Amino acid sequence: MSLLHHSAVDLLQLLSRREVAAVQLVEACLDQIGRHDGEVRAFLRVDREPALKQAALIDAKRDRGEPVGALAGLPVAVKDLLCDRDQRCTCASRILETFQPPYDATVVARLKAADAVLIGRTNMDEFAMGGSGENSAFGATRNPWDFSRIPGGSSSGAAACVAAAMAPLSIGSDTGGSIRQPAGLCGVTGLKPTYGRVSRFGLVAFASSLDQLGPLAGSAADAALLLEVMAGHDPRDATSIDAPVPRFAELVRQPLSGLRLGVVREHFGAGLDREVAAAMEAAIEVYCSLGATVRDVEMPHARYGIATYYIIAPSEASSNLARYDGAHYGYRTDEAAMLAELAAEQKAAQAAGNNQALGDIDSPLVRMYRRTRAEGFGPEVKRRIMLGTYALSAGYYDAYYLKALKVRRLIANDYAAAFAKCDLIIGPVAPTPAFKIGEKSDDPLAMYLVDLYTVGANLAGIPGISIPCGRSHAGLPIGLQLQGPALAEEKLLRAAHMFQQATDWHKMKALVQ
Amino acid sequence: MAISQEDVKRVALLARLQLSPAEIERMTSQLSAIVGYVDQLSQLDTEGVEPMAHAVPLANVFAEDVVQPSLPRDEALATAPKHDEECYLVPPVLG
Repeated sequence: MSLLHHSAVDLLQLLSRREVAAVQLVEACLDQIGRHDGEVRAFLRVDREPALKQAALIDAKRDRGEPVGALAGLPVAVKDLLCDRDQRCTCASRILETFQPPYDATVVARLKAADAVLIGRTNMDEFAMGGSGENSAFGATRNPWDFSRIPGGSSSGAAACVAAAMAPLSIGSDTGGSIRQPAGLCGVTGLKPTYGRVSRFGLVAFASSLDQLGPLAGSAADAALLLEVMAGHDPRDATSIDAPVPRFAELVRQPLSGLRLGVVREHFGAGLDREVAAAMEAAIEVYCSLGATVRDVEMPHARYGIATYYIIAPSEASSNLARYDGAHYGYRTDEAAMLAELAAEQKAAQAAGNNQALGDIDSPLVRMYRRTRAEGFGPEVKRRIMLGTYALSAGYYDAYYLKALKVRRLIANDYAAAFAKCDLIIGPVAPTPAFKIGEKSDDPLAMYLVDLYTVGANLAGIPGISIPCGRSHAGLPIGLQLQGPALAEEKLLRAAHMFQQATDWHKMKALVQ
Repeated sequence: MAISQEDVKRVALLARLQLSPAEIERMTSQLSAIVGYVDQLSQLDTEGVEPMAHAVPLANVFAEDVVQPSLPRDEALATAPKHDEECYLVPPVLG
């Protein structure tokens, strides 16, 4: 059996027993990337030499009998929005194409301290805005199960690289479903932790009250291994939660008895693909056979989730992305061309005797900002900046932003009431299996509606996990989502592991013999 | 609520984005559709509901008032497209 078929947990055992060398494992991943990433495009950058060097260092440590970290020798792929000192961090955007942060994100520092091998940087929707991976400025990632389809997003490469066995573990971020939805569409396991469970220090911000980092992996047990390293309080992130981190890697193996699952009936209504609905019913039966009980729970405000999210997230984004101004980071427009453009506009306005137009011409500084951002951002990022700026602008703030914050409270209250009656909520992660590349490109609103089942957890700050639970007739993965109350990652992982002990959906890998 | 091309131009200036005439046209129809969709929130009665700005209840988080090492100036400036020894350099503020 090829190394690519093994789980991260098994690989760690093989490494620690010296049956496999870290260099050998990294080479196997690099070979798989070399064979297939020309088509999948999961990676924006593959760090071949540094990864092999790091693997050799860890092998040497083991040779000398020195203590090693919790992930020693395991390749981990990192979504290209986490700072890694002096390495490019592009967020799949032209505006950050050359940006090299001068410090490490806390999660990157923790991975390094755990002796992980950082194998490369994964593709994504630009600034994590999108649900298909198509918004990358450097080319869309393809679904490893069907190259004509999207892998989901925004952690498109993070999910695709695990599905295609290019890396056993990867790091994604989830602002409205960006870990769980691509995990579902690529047939891997993806966990969005509780807001504040994992430090956001060094994560390039999209919507700061919603963003959370989490693991993508081949199974719940593998995700537990990675989460345990990522999680924990960080004084450099004032929103990180100061709570002890459970021993996820160990605890994940304990089944839950008397598990009470809640079902939101509205999530099984119109718009849900029939094959996805059937896979959900089958998954619920699996849980029942394992001793779980199921009951309906009411989420009367769930249907307002998308509207609420698409006010709050763009509002926060418009503020966060104001920092890309051509002065502090990355790209700046050509100044000579910019000044020539202004001169031409002035001349034209003077010739026409139009004083109004003359007065409206931008100052050189403002025009530098505007041209830099026009050239540096892609269409979806511009759309969200515009939407957020509109929602926050004078006269609209109360009607949109403040209103959305109030509905956010109602949605969080719905979850609190539901979790008084059940331990976890079970349901679909996405309404359909992976759709065709280009299918929704011309209709941003249709693209937003794909996030229907995932935005609630971000708005309420609660954790959610996506695990594979079936296949469509076309062979595409179908994902199941479990959501739990704040800090219930342990319960989610244990429930997911129970399912994976009883089923084999998570064992399938794309593009391996 | 319908969004006009004038609205889009005004917001584009606030957002420091330069949009081409074609982009203004496309943005006007796309933003109108999205705003039309999110307008459904106005049907909900939220009288007396406390706005929720953050996912977890946050109290002030204080740090000890001691000097800590911070990013050296040259390293911070190195990420900028144009800078001298001490400052970020930008085009004239007043045109």
